Amino acid sequence: KLIVYSAIIWGVYADDLFVLVLSPQEVCSLGLTGVSLESESGGLSAVPVLNLLYEVLQLQRRAQRALHELETQQLKSGSDLEHLQHSTYRLKDQLEHTRRENSGLHEGERQLQLKIKTLQNCLKSEKEEVQKLQSIISSRATQYNHDTKRKERECTKLKERLTQLLMDKRDKKLSIEISNHVGRSDGKRGLWKTGKMEARHEGEMYRALLSDYETRQRSLMMENSELKKVLQHMKEDMITILSPKKPCVKTEPADDSLEQAVSEGEEEAGDRSREGLEQSCEQAREQLTNSIRLQWRKLKSHMERLDSQASLVACQEREGDEVMSRKEREEEMQRMRLELQQCKEFIHMQQQLLQQQLSSPCDEETAALLNDCYTLEEKERLKEEWRLFSEQKRNFERERKNFTEAAIRLGHERKTFEEDRAAWLKTQFLNMTPFVDQPEAKLQSTPPLVTKSLFSTPRAAPLKMPSTADLYRTLHLIPDSRYVPQIIQKWKFCHEFTLTSFQPFTQVIYLITR
Amino acid sequence: MNFSEVFKQSNQLCKVSPDGKYLATCVQYRLVVRDFNSLQIVHLYTCLDPVMHMEWSSDSLFILCAMYKRGLVQVWSLEQPDWHCKIDEGSIGLVSSRWSPDGRHILNTTEFNLRVTVWSLCTKSVSYIKYPKACQKGIDFTADGRYMALAERRECKDYISVFVCDDWHLLRHFESETQDLAGLEWSPNSCVLAVWDSCLEYKILLYSLDGRLLSSYSAYEWSLGIKSVAWSPSSQFLAIGSYDEKVRILNHITWKKITQFEHPATIINAKAVVFKEVEKRPVVGSEDLSIHQLTVDNSLFSTQSKYEITQLPAQVPVIKPDPDRANPKIGISALAFSAGNHYLATKNDNMPQNLWVWDMQRLSLLAVLEQTAPVRCFVWDPHRPRLALCTGNTKVYLWSPAGCVSVNVPVEGMDPVSPLYTNIAHFSSALLPTRKELIIRPHSRP
Repeated sequence: KLIVYSAIIWGVYADDLFVLVLSPQEVCSLGLTGVSLESESGGLSAVPVLNLLYEVLQLQRRAQRALHELETQQLKSGSDLEHLQHSTYRLKDQLEHTRRENSGLHEGERQLQLKIKTLQNCLKSEKEEVQKLQSIISSRATQYNHDTKRKERECTKLKERLTQLLMDKRDKKLSIEISNHVGRSDGKRGLWKTGKMEARHEGEMYRALLSDYETRQRSLMMENSELKKVLQHMKEDMITILSPKKPCVKTEPADDSLEQAVSEGEEEAGDRSREGLEQSCEQAREQLTNSIRLQWRKLKSHMERLDSQASLVACQEREGDEVMSRKEREEEMQRMRLELQQCKEFIHMQQQLLQQQLSSPCDEETAALLNDCYTLEEKERLKEEWRLFSEQKRNFERERKNFTEAAIRLGHERKTFEEDRAAWLKTQFLNMTPFVDQPEAKLQSTPPLVTKSLFSTPRAAPLKMPSTADLYRTLHLIPDSRYVPQIIQKWKFCHEFTLTSFQPFTQVIYLITR
Repeated sequence: MNFSEVFKQSNQLCKVSPDGKYLATCVQYRLVVRDFNSLQIVHLYTCLDPVMHMEWSSDSLFILCAMYKRGLVQVWSLEQPDWHCKIDEGSIGLVSSRWSPDGRHILNTTEFNLRVTVWSLCTKSVSYIKYPKACQKGIDFTADGRYMALAERRECKDYISVFVCDDWHLLRHFESETQDLAGLEWSPNSCVLAVWDSCLEYKILLYSLDGRLLSSYSAYEWSLGIKSVAWSPSSQFLAIGSYDEKVRILNHITWKKITQFEHPATIINAKAVVFKEVEKRPVVGSEDLSIHQLTVDNSLFSTQSKYEITQLPAQVPVIKPDPDRANPKIGISALAFSAGNHYLATKNDNMPQNLWVWDMQRLSLLAVLEQTAPVRCFVWDPHRPRLALCTGNTKVYLWSPAGCVSVNVPVEGMDPVSPLYTNIAHFSSALLPTRKELIIRPHSRP
């Protein structure tokens, strides 16, 4: 909605109130058609004004856009300028830097050049010195030669003079005294020196030389033929190696070479017969060597190809089985190592033992000791048995003691019993008829005698002493008594010991019972 | 290994006869001939002067005794002890004396090398050879004894004369292309003569029997040259040892070098075995040091030694020679081929304690023996590949492809054992200590 006053344009455009004051000159200057505000109708017509406004707006917008653009351009150019400035600074610095470097390198180069020059000069001078020295040496050598020759000439002159003098003087003649002639070593007679002899010597010499040459030539020929044979065989082998692979060949170029080889082989088979005939001919020799070389080259290339293929295959295989086989391998290795260690230790131990066995010492102590070790078990057993035996012996001793005591006691009791019996008999007898005095007397006498004899010392006893057998019998020691005490049974198996030891005891018993 | 008794001898003169039946020793004036097996004295001869040189004739029938001071040579016969022969050189003097290969002529070299007189025992005749050259090895006989090569020097030039030993007929006389001939040697097949120059120039010339120059070889110029030369027994190889510590092998077909053996200070060759001699002194307890034992039992102080194999790389002890002296102790001074042509033993002078053994089939180093003292001499067994060497102590060392062993020689008085000789007919070596004792070692081990 526009309200236009003479030079003031009020307007509402997009909710903005704007006031534009323009003078007609300004309008013209803006390039807009002037609008006559006084129109025919007397009223203001809005269309030209709107158009004018629109144009002004357009202008305004254009100007703003231009301004905006200019601003952005200015910013851009400003930043560009900054950037360029920076870059120029940087490049300037770089340039400085490189200039400096360059100058440094130039310096270095110059110095190295100088060094080279000096070294070359040194080398030259050294070479010259060496040459000089060599020339000096050669000149000195010639000088020495000359001097020595001169001295030699002098020397020969002296020698000749000396020989002359010696020949002339003849005071001490050189002579040979020999008992008798000795036969020649080969038993033949000496021959005169004639021209024939000389010719014969020459002939012999040449013969010796010739024979030597002939032997040498023969050996060389043999060697030569052997080597040729070897080469032939090698060639044949190589052909056979290369040819049967034809069906299983992998690459094409190999095919061609193999075919070639086969064809060549056929050719050469024909040549071989010829070669046999012309052994010493140079062409044949060359042919042989060339064909060998060719075959060898083919074989080599074939081998190289096979090698590369094999390595490829191996690589592939390795990558696949790597993980599994490595683990397995490692485990196995560990196991084997352990086993090895164990075996080693075992062997070591065995060795040590064997050493000990073999290196048995010479002195007797350790030998005895060793022997003792072996019989240890037996010894222990024997000890045990001995101990048992001694124990039993001790038991026997004890029981024997008891038994003797018992026997003594028994003796005592017997004695008392006998006394009692004697007393009873005496009483009995005394109680009997008076006619029985004599036997009583006898009886009387005897018991007192008996008792006397029993109590008197053995020296004065007229009575016979009871024998040990009787004593034993009475003491029930001999088995014909009524009962055999258990002790005797026990003693049976070693009664030797007891009987022998009882002898003193029996004496004692005698003493006691008397 | 058995050892016989110790005998007296002087001047290291002890030689076994070529047929191996007798042993001749010289003690001052006397010549003692013993039976080899029983060592009983068979003959005893007395010479007029102390004997300086003694030599058997090739057929073992005669012995030559040379007395250089008086210029006399006496010849004794084994078959007829009454037979005598005396050669007097007169006032011309005598410097060396030797048999000819046929055993019937004696060659005497007079003083100042004025001439060589050839005396014939068959005809009592005399021949003279003038202008012989005084050098390291001026005369050599062929192996079959047919020809003799003699180096001569006339008018400052070297000549070689080839004589037929039958009648001393001069077969060839030609000029040698050497500057100063140092030695000549026939090949074992008697067809080639190797002639080498003095150490100032490395040059070796090969002449055929009829005097033609077959080839000449020179490895380098200006430095010191050839020190030693050896033919292989089959005449296939010629080994040349020089002052540059290398041995060069020439082959008999082309006379060109086929290989060279070097003697480095560090041995890295993995196939070589280095044997090092290790000495161990026995521990002496105080109760052993009684006077009686000291005088009687020398084994108390003798050292036991054995060989140890050292790990490679091994260092070789090197002694630097004095640069100012002439004939410096550097270079290959001794070469010897084994009997079967399989091995070559060499000794380098600036590594004096080492002996190098080379395999000729593989042309490479086989073994190195390191001793505790400088090696004095070594000699191959004439029938099998076994090497015997000694270093100046009371031991003798043996090497064979199977290994190394050191043997104590029962010498009284701790005299060191010195040069060895090997008898050709018997597998024995005679050891000579430096003093007046002699030990013979008959071969008893296989």
